[in-house]
Amino acid sequence: MDFNDTPEENSFRLEVREWLKNNANQDKKSSGYVLDEEDGALSRAREWQAKKAEAGYAAITWPEEYGGLGGTSIQSVIYSQEEAKYSVPTGFFDIGLGMCIPTMMAWATKEQNERFVEPALYGKEIWCQLFSEPSAGSDVAGIRTKAEKDGDDWIINGQKVWTSGAHYCDFGIIVVRTDPNVPKHKGLSFFFLDMKSPGIEIKPIRQISGGSNFNEVFFTDVRVPDSQRLGEVGEGWKVALTTLMNERLAIGVPKSADYPSLTQLAKDVVLNNKPAIKNDLVRSKIADWYVQSEGLKYTKMRSLTSLSKGETPGPESSIGKVVSAPKMQDLASFAMDLQGAAGILNDPDIALMHSIFQNQWMSAAGYRIAGGTDEILRNIVAERVLGLPQDVRVDKTAPFNELATSR
Amino acid sequence: MNFDFSEDQKLLKEQVARYLSDNCPIEVVRGVLESDDYYSSSVWKGLVDLGLTGTTIPEEYGGLGLGPLELCVIAEEIGRASAPVPFSSSVYLATEALKLFGTDLQKENWLPKLASGEIIGTFALPESAIEPNANNIQCSFSSNAISGVKMPIPDGSYADICITVVKNKAKGGDGVSMAIVPLDNSNVTKKSLSTLDQTRNHAELTFNKAEADLMNNSDDGWSDVQQILDIGAVLIAFEQIGGAEASLSMAKEYALDRFAFGRQIGSYQAIKHKLADMYIKIELAKSNSYFGAMMLNDNGSDLKIAAAASRVAATDAFNYAAQENIQTHGGIGFTWEANTQFYYRRSQVLGLALGSIASWKDKLVTQLEEKNIN
Repeated sequence: MDFNDTPEENSFRLEVREWLKNNANQDKKSSGYVLDEEDGALSRAREWQAKKAEAGYAAITWPEEYGGLGGTSIQSVIYSQEEAKYSVPTGFFDIGLGMCIPTMMAWATKEQNERFVEPALYGKEIWCQLFSEPSAGSDVAGIRTKAEKDGDDWIINGQKVWTSGAHYCDFGIIVVRTDPNVPKHKGLSFFFLDMKSPGIEIKPIRQISGGSNFNEVFFTDVRVPDSQRLGEVGEGWKVALTTLMNERLAIGVPKSADYPSLTQLAKDVVLNNKPAIKNDLVRSKIADWYVQSEGLKYTKMRSLTSLSKGETPGPESSIGKVVSAPKMQDLASFAMDLQGAAGILNDPDIALMHSIFQNQWMSAAGYRIAGGTDEILRNIVAERVLGLPQDVRVDKTAPFNELATSR
Repeated sequence: MNFDFSEDQKLLKEQVARYLSDNCPIEVVRGVLESDDYYSSSVWKGLVDLGLTGTTIPEEYGGLGLGPLELCVIAEEIGRASAPVPFSSSVYLATEALKLFGTDLQKENWLPKLASGEIIGTFALPESAIEPNANNIQCSFSSNAISGVKMPIPDGSYADICITVVKNKAKGGDGVSMAIVPLDNSNVTKKSLSTLDQTRNHAELTFNKAEADLMNNSDDGWSDVQQILDIGAVLIAFEQIGGAEASLSMAKEYALDRFAFGRQIGSYQAIKHKLADMYIKIELAKSNSYFGAMMLNDNGSDLKIAAAASRVAATDAFNYAAQENIQTHGGIGFTWEANTQFYYRRSQVLGLALGSIASWKDKLVTQLEEKNIN
């Protein structure tokens, strides 16, 4: 039992290290995971993506015919581990390369893939995913945006929401309703489209944290050629599942303030005339979150062990976000409590530890929802891992347009 | 990356699982609960015949000469079966204590007998409901004999030897020593105790100048005792994981079988989320305990923190799974005839065996603080 690389993994790691040493920009300004085009981050990200693609590291597991390295999942993990040691800009291409292009590769024609895969891989074209709607969140098959056939085209009307990066994206994948007279999963179809098409209007959503990472996208008589349909008419749900299967891989929870930051804070603040770290409740909480964090870390090691052996990771890999997102929120809330009345301060120049806990508390409320709510993730564990039955569904057999939509 | 048990270790695990499912079904556990038996001597004999009592005992002393990783996979299966045997007392605690702190003579004398199952050992630290520490140990050693009371001591009613933590005034340092005490001795009084889990015997041992053989521990005797507890924490965590998985599996089967309001109760989210939470806690416990196992195997510098984390996570997982298994069953789960009780009882015995979780959490954070200083 060890965390060591196999000889093959080690030689790949050394090769990657060498390449990064010669190519990765050490500029702190371009640091980390960003989704904000301000300050030239997008153009720096494009530049870095192109370099990676040129070297084959942008899509290590993809086949060589698509510009990948034809490598293994463990190699992809090794690359990410090494890249994370540098402050290179990442984030803009994750949804496109993690969800949209794999869906294209599974369902689009050879010619279409020849046209679209490479520009996406090199960061020249960015893709977004248009699934969620105001009335269809967890119940994503309940979407209402409709597409009607008009000659060789389809005309799309409706609204999508929570679309990351829609304002800088070039293309998108979209699931729409093409037949409201049949049960909901049967009336869907799937397309890819040009985000610059006439009739598309994009408005940023302002989150409770004040930031704007997502958009609403409005469709008014947007024309899409039938040749851009993926899968058969009425089989859009099947295509959407390809995308959603990849979602778990593409969406995680970012690095957050965890038990080490809380321990640091507890040494700095005072409770009942002694350092908070000496308080038993504080110690008990730190221990609980230590066990959760380290538990997830070693769960990942177990999954990587499967990958390293060329096996598919077991179901244990499904517990990540359902543990880490609530932990982010609870830990931040507790850390704010340790600051007493000053816990409400969120000015980084005044608040302790540059207001990391206050910021985390605001964003965690979103992470518990994004990419599968806590509740949906528990359903997934119960149904797919434990084999428990689905809830009774009133919407499975009735025509979509006869379903209740309000009280 | 090789953060898993080896194929050989997994085969051993299967072998133990097969032996226990054939020879230690839950009826055997019930048999011990409903009789005056202290343990199942037939299951114990079977484990001895498989050589498992000598798992980590070196071959020169008649053992299998395997490592702690093998012991971890065996522990998981013992826990899954809720086996009514003195495995944790004899094989984890007494044997490991002898290996670490026994003199050569003591090892020669006792390890072969522990390996062959000729004797059963146990380990005695607590004396009352007051948490033991380096200063409050009352049981005292002088002139090759000990006097005092130890309780509750697992398998104390029938074990042959007891590694006993004592105060030894003649010794330097903190004065904490360990001594081997043969229990078949008129100067030892054994009183069986009524506990939550009568499938695992516990006794009060009263020593009145009972013959004792001092072990070879250091002047920092308390820290040596902690070392044994850390080893026990990782191994018992695997028993807890086995028990938690058995509880989850029982709850799942019932949730599939039981219909209420016209449907399987396992289709209600209240039940699904409860079972998902059991699964999540079990996986967190497993991952922490795998790291504990690795540290045990490597004698790694993170053993203390890994042992505490294994213990905290596995206790949470088993306690939750055992109690929510009853809740999932509803009224039938609260009856004497139901098998839910065995895991409910065992979860507390294992969860409290090495001291309170509040205390282990404190130890964990102390380790964390020390790591940060360095």
